Amino acid sequence: MASVKFNEEMCKGCGLCVTFCPKQILRMAPVRINAKGYHPAECIDLEKCIGCASCARMCPDVVITVER
Amino acid sequence: MAVVFQKTSMLTDAPFHYCPGCTHGIIHRLVAEVLDELGVGETAIGVAPVGCAVFAYNYFNCDMMEAAHGRAPACATGAKRVHPDKVVFTYQGDGDLASIGAAEIVHAAARGEKITTIFVNNAIYGMTGGQMAPTSLPGQITTTSPYGRNTEVCGFPVNMSEMLSQLNGPAYIERVSVHDVKNVVRAKQAIKKAFQAQIDGKGFSMVEVLSTCPTNWGMTPQEALKWLEENMIPQFPLGVYKEV
Ligand SMILES: Cc1ncc(C[n+]2csc(CCOP(=O)(O)OP(=O)(O)O)c2C)c(N)n1
Ligand code: SF4
Ligand code: SF4
Ligand code: SF4
Repeated sequence: MASVKFNEEMCKGCGLCVTFCPKQILRMAPVRINAKGYHPAECIDLEKCIGCASCARMCPDVVITVER
Repeated sequence: MAVVFQKTSMLTDAPFHYCPGCTHGIIHRLVAEVLDELGVGETAIGVAPVGCAVFAYNYFNCDMMEAAHGRAPACATGAKRVHPDKVVFTYQGDGDLASIGAAEIVHAAARGEKITTIFVNNAIYGMTGGQMAPTSLPGQITTTSPYGRNTEVCGFPVNMSEMLSQLNGPAYIERVSVHDVKNVVRAKQAIKKAFQAQIDGKGFSMVEVLSTCPTNWGMTPQEALKWLEENMIPQFPLGVYKEV
């Protein structure tokens, strides 16, 4: 069991977490936008998350917290 | 479940002003985590540059000062000599360090000042709108080399890590990259070694980090990481250049 949490208001929508997730379970929220005006990243299948923190290590804005 | 990754308390809550996908943010995080892990976060003194990282003083949760363009190693020298017991670092771009501040970094390194320099090389002047830097690659298109850097007229890129490693003052010099997870992890290890060399009183230490500027390179963040890997690493090979 693992989980990823996004401090959504800090996200700049760069998509690097999406690119580097080995399980390909992240995406940019298609409709929702944050106060900065970006579509924030979100997890669409938390069951598959292995808690590897690849997403968090590549996030330039330190948006992501990972638990395992 | 246990937390395996969270934002370090050595970074403030201020949101980074960097462009989306700019790897300055990753490098900030690595420096902050290392200061915390070495237990020197509370007492460290950082010197911010002129360049995109000009506001670095808002982001690190330690004493920070702002230097005039390129002069961070001179300011850090003063801070370290007054506070020899404290960890002192500079955070500088390639325009700041390799161009206007070339004299300061060379002499700080030659004197063996016990400071650590984090040198962020993105092969361009980011803050001012993407002009050619001393580190721009042959053929690289920038706003001041719209047909590509012509080495006949503009000369060749300056490899700072190789140059400084020829001096006797430096104790640790390594060049790393942050273009994927494995390299980000390696970059952190290098930064830790560099700060440890300072703590051990061995001399000057520097980590050159190859970094992206998606905005001025005119690329997506993903394309920029790939461009760094394919074009910058051949010109700026990764590795340890000095270890005493
Ligand atoms: C004395 C002085 N000369 C020139 C400038 C203009 N200037 C501001 S930032 C910069 C270059 C920044 O490039 P770099 O150090 O590579 O950092 P980056 O923005 O790419 O992170 C220049 C030339 C200045 N602020 N002060
Ligand atoms: S922790 Fe690993 S598996 Fe989970 S979302 Fe992040 S990158 Fe994907
Ligand atoms: S890497 Fe960070 S800033 Fe970029 S999209 Fe993912 S969470 Fe947002
Ligand atoms: S201009 Fe370039 S170096 Fe500066 S914040 Fe934007 S992407 Fe980063």
